[in-house]
Formats: sequence, C-alpha cells, structure tokens
Amino acid sequence: MDIHEYQAKKILAGFGVTIPRGGIAYSPENAENKAREIGGLKWVVKAQIHSGARGKAGGIIVCNSALEVAQATDKLLGKKLVTNQTGPEGKIVNRVYIEEATDIKKELYLGLVFDRSSECIMVVASTEGGMSVEEISKEKPESIIRSKIEVAVGMQKFQAREIAFGLGIKPELISRTAEAIIGCYRAFSELDATMVEVNPLVISEQEQILALDCKMSFDNNALFRRNQVSELRDKTQENTNEVYASDRGLNYVSLNGNIGNIINGAGLAMASMDMIKLAGGEPANFLDVGGGATPEKIVKAFKLILMDEKVKVILVNIFAGINRCDWVAEGIIQALQKIEVNMPLVIRLAGTNVEKGNKILKESKISYIEANTLEDAANKAVKALKELTK
Amino acid sequence: MTILIDEKTKIIVQGFTGKIGSFHADEMIKYGTNIVGGVTPGKGGQTHLGLPVFNTVKEAVKNTGASASVLFVPPAFAADSAMEAADAGIKTCVAITDGIPSHDMIKIKRYMKRYSKSEKMTLIGPNCAGVISPGKSLLGIMPGHIYKQGKVGIIGRSGTLGYEAAQQLKNLGIGISTSVGIGGDPINGSSFKDIIEKFEADKNTEAVLMIGEIGGPQEVAAGKFAKENMKKPVIAYIAGLTAPKGRVMGHAGAIVSAYGESAIEKVELLKECGVIISKNPSVMGETVKSALNSKT
Repeated sequence: MDIHEYQAKKILAGFGVTIPRGGIAYSPENAENKAREIGGLKWVVKAQIHSGARGKAGGIIVCNSALEVAQATDKLLGKKLVTNQTGPEGKIVNRVYIEEATDIKKELYLGLVFDRSSECIMVVASTEGGMSVEEISKEKPESIIRSKIEVAVGMQKFQAREIAFGLGIKPELISRTAEAIIGCYRAFSELDATMVEVNPLVISEQEQILALDCKMSFDNNALFRRNQVSELRDKTQENTNEVYASDRGLNYVSLNGNIGNIINGAGLAMASMDMIKLAGGEPANFLDVGGGATPEKIVKAFKLILMDEKVKVILVNIFAGINRCDWVAEGIIQALQKIEVNMPLVIRLAGTNVEKGNKILKESKISYIEANTLEDAANKAVKALKELTK
Repeated sequence: MTILIDEKTKIIVQGFTGKIGSFHADEMIKYGTNIVGGVTPGKGGQTHLGLPVFNTVKEAVKNTGASASVLFVPPAFAADSAMEAADAGIKTCVAITDGIPSHDMIKIKRYMKRYSKSEKMTLIGPNCAGVISPGKSLLGIMPGHIYKQGKVGIIGRSGTLGYEAAQQLKNLGIGISTSVGIGGDPINGSSFKDIIEKFEADKNTEAVLMIGEIGGPQEVAAGKFAKENMKKPVIAYIAGLTAPKGRVMGHAGAIVSAYGESAIEKVELLKECGVIISKNPSVMGETVKSALNSKT
C-alpha cells in the first residue's frame, strides 16, 4: 500500500526526522490561509498523488505570495497529473500540500528497501539527490553507498555515521544526519514498510537536515496489525476496478489488452497471459480467483471483468485439484445464470474430473468455446477476437 | 529415493484442529502420508481424526518421534509456530499459510541461524502448495493423483502452475521424484538454489524442472549454481512475460523492481547458465521429455 508525501512526512517527523513546516489544503482559500499560518515569503504548493516525478508533470509550484498559493492550488485541484509512473490515465489531485520553501545547499538521496538476496533491510544513499535511484545507478553508480542492516539488532549508530561520512557530510552535522537516517530506519522496521525513500534529503543554507520529499510503501500482509497505516489508504489514487477487486478478495491488475481472463492461482494466471501474448493477443487483466475457485469468487470475477470496457473476449482457465472440475463447472454455470455475458467465452478446465466438468458445461445451456490445453485456450481466445474485428 | 519426505517420515500438523488444517490433514492421510498427530495450543490431550493432539510441538515430537510438520496456522501467528517447530527439532516444516508479513519471515530466518547446519530445520514456503513425493508422502494441499511417481524433480513458486506441469508430465508418461512448492512470497524459507542442491544430491532424480516467475534473484542464483555444480539437466519456465514493471502480480514476490527480474531478462540469464528453457507454459512437459531423451 502506498501513501501520500504529506502522510509519509508526518510519520517521519514522529520518528525524529526534521521536515519543513507545512499543511494540507483542500481548497484555494484553505491553501491561502495555510500559507499565512506557515509564514515566510516563499512557499511550495505540491500536488498529493501516489507518484514521484511530479515536478516534471507540473505538480509542484513555487509561489511568492499567499495569493499565488491560492492560484496554484486552484490550478492543481481536480487535475489529472500524468507522470512517468502513473501510466497514461494519470492520477487525480484531490489535495495539495503547502510547504515553506527551503534554501537548499545540497541534495542527497536516502532509500530503504528489503534486499531479497541477503534478506536484510538495505539502506541506499547517494550524494546525487533529486535524481531517481535508477538514474543515479545509471549515471553516478560510484556515488552509491549501500549498508545492510541486521533486523534482529536494528540499525546501529556506527552504521548511520558511516553512511553520513560516506555522503561527505561535515563533522558538525554528522550526528544530526545519523539521527535522520536512524529515524527513517525505525519508521521502516516499526511500521512494516517495504520502502521508505527520502529524495531529496537536503542540507539547507541554515544547516538543517530536512526530508524534503518522501515516499513510503507498506506490506499489505502486515496491515492487520498497523491500523494507523491502513487508515491512510486513499482509494482515489488506485484504479477503480482494482479497488473493487481488492475489496472482494480478488487479486486483480488492470492491463491494456482486450482479452479478459479469469484464472485460479497467480502463477497459472501469469502463464495464461504469456500464452495469450504468444498467440498474438493482449491480456486485459491479471486475475487470480484463488486456488479453490469457489462459485462466489467466479461470480465476482465475471462482474469485475465485465466492468472493463476494453474486454472483447473472456478466457476462463481453471486447474481444479481437490476442488474438482465438476464442482467448478457448476460454479461457472451458476455465475452465467446471474450474469449476462454478451461476448465470446473460452473455457478451459483441467485436473481432477475434467471429463465430468466438460460434460456438465456441454449439457448446460451456456454458449462457450471449449478448450483443452493452455495453448488451445489462448489460440481460441485470440481467434475469437480476430473474428469479432473482421 | 526422494528429497525432504518419504513414506517413513513421521509428520505432525500445526493448526491441526482448525477447519483448513482438518480438511487437508484428512486428504493427506487418505493419500497415505504418515501423519502421527497434531498441535493446537490448549487442545492437548484430545483426539482428532483418530490422532493425538498436543499443546506444544516439543511434546508432539517427544511422544510421536515426528521429524516433519505442515503448518496451517493463520498469518498473524504463523511465524511463532514456525520458530516453535525449529526449536522442537523438526527437520522439515512446510508452511502453507498465505499472508505472512515479510518482516516476520526475516525474523524466522534470523532465528534459525542459532542452529548448527546439522540441527537446522528446512523451512519450505510460506504461501505454497507443499511438498509431494508421489506414491510415498504428501505434505501439502495438492491433488495427489495428478503426480506420477518417477525421476524428475520439480521446484516451483505457484500451486496451480505446478499442477499443470505435473499433469503435462503424467500425460507423457513421465514421473516425479519429489515436487517442492517454495511459495510466492518475496522472503521464503527455502530458495530455488536450496532445493536444486538437494535434487543434485538425490540418486533417484535425473532432471530438475524449475517453474519460476518475475521478481527477485532466486531463479538466476539457482541457474548459476547449476552451471557450476550440476550434472543433471535443468529445465526452466519463467512466467510473467506480460507483467508490467512495478506491479505485484498476485504473489507478493512477483514484482519487477530491478534489472534481471523481468521474465525476458531471467530467461536470458538462465540461458547463459546452460539451463534449458521451456519456451511457453504449454510445453513444460515436452521440454523435460526431450531433455531426458537427449541425456541417454
């Protein structure tokens, strides 16, 4: 789960990391008042969307008066921002963050992630703040400092100091920088985060160490024990169909193709999508209804797929184990009695009692195309699509 | 021979009396798995499915001589149960539970470092279908009848895609020594490399099929191990050709976040290691067959 910049900063502040003064606003008037409250002569209005690279997309506006803050807010609210991370549909701005402008002396990069090779928490830092970590590793790989943290004992002061010295921080500022790094580590480990990225972490002209921008992601599997984090979810930043799916216990990812698919198991779903691609088609989605493929889940899956206007053909591929094909077939028939599907439907069943399952489907009144193997299913779905567009 | 489990392995079920634990314990017993009891804290002394229930894993091990366990404990308590198994001297623990936080998985692995190599438990999973040595023992949730007994070792992340492979092999008359589901999580108990190493040492396994997917470094690490240490042919299929970067594809670990983690990149890196690639998921069986034929 991702959260907004202002939420992430508030979390960091709670762990002793210094952030610039700021406040959230939902209207231009609101924003103007916030600017006056914060005080000073210069402010930054920052669009709050779940994406980085907002600056290039026009989502960050520097203002020299409270009136300008109101105008900038007016311009941003309700707008869809398209960045290189949002996809072409963009993300809607429903709130802006008003922040006092910082006099930047030096921009640094600080990121924390799980390292899957060493199974530790990895801190990545660089003197080249402001660029994305991908750009840094491409253009300035020598500037990258990596430090593995043993989770059982947590980050030690010497490790944070080593990173700070590695970043070329002058001696007077070392202990404050180390505190900021440890604060980020504690936020990561104590809140079940999967990513904390402060980019840039800045040294200001006044020699403060400030988190100027921050992104955080959290482990969905741990939200059950992190109520304060799960409350920060903003569904307006997620794909509507994906929210519908996750609220109903379905694993769904929206894609750009037009063959909708309903599959049991994540691996088999990815494999079926690969076959669609190899057969010359494009999948409209990833959808795993769970290994069991219960009738309830199949009904929900059909509803979800039909919500996607791009879908022209549906492919169902279920490998039944203990749940048996005859039972799955009954589930599909029940679903199709409740939901009208006005497009070609390819069904491939495999596994336990496959003959029985196919017989039940054949004898029912549903109109569908039977397929036997993974390859057969993908070919028939692509063929059905081509016939539609002829 | 097989790896990890055979017909003699004494097995206990953790989370024995729960709905899911009971259902699958019953299926495993029907398959012929040597289940000797189970653990549910607070229900010790009772009998369930005709077998004794214990309060702790230590008691269960002491009274039954069990050396393996299968875990159906809910995600919030699963890490605790896995560590309990490790401490009680269980040698192989298969965690079926889906949804264990990554921080907990790291904790389990750190905890297990206290044991010497000979005393250390092998943890399989979590979020996996389990382990099966066809005709001998089933420690998991897979449908046993689609697995034919034989000489190919399988390692995979996904449940149903693993069933697909077993079915393709069976249709070609090819059997399996042991099939191991290592699960779809980013941090797991055993990696592809950990298991491939066991297959190389197993006299009865003649070839290994790896069913991988996008995300993480494990498939390629196993490929490198195979290149340097293995004589048996390794066949691989990597799922997720159409997966966009940065999106989680069902399995928590199926996300491309760095170079070498996409399906195309993994396939290239595995080819460099001499691994035979199954060009699509429909020909996993045939690819194994031709690898076996060209071997003799």
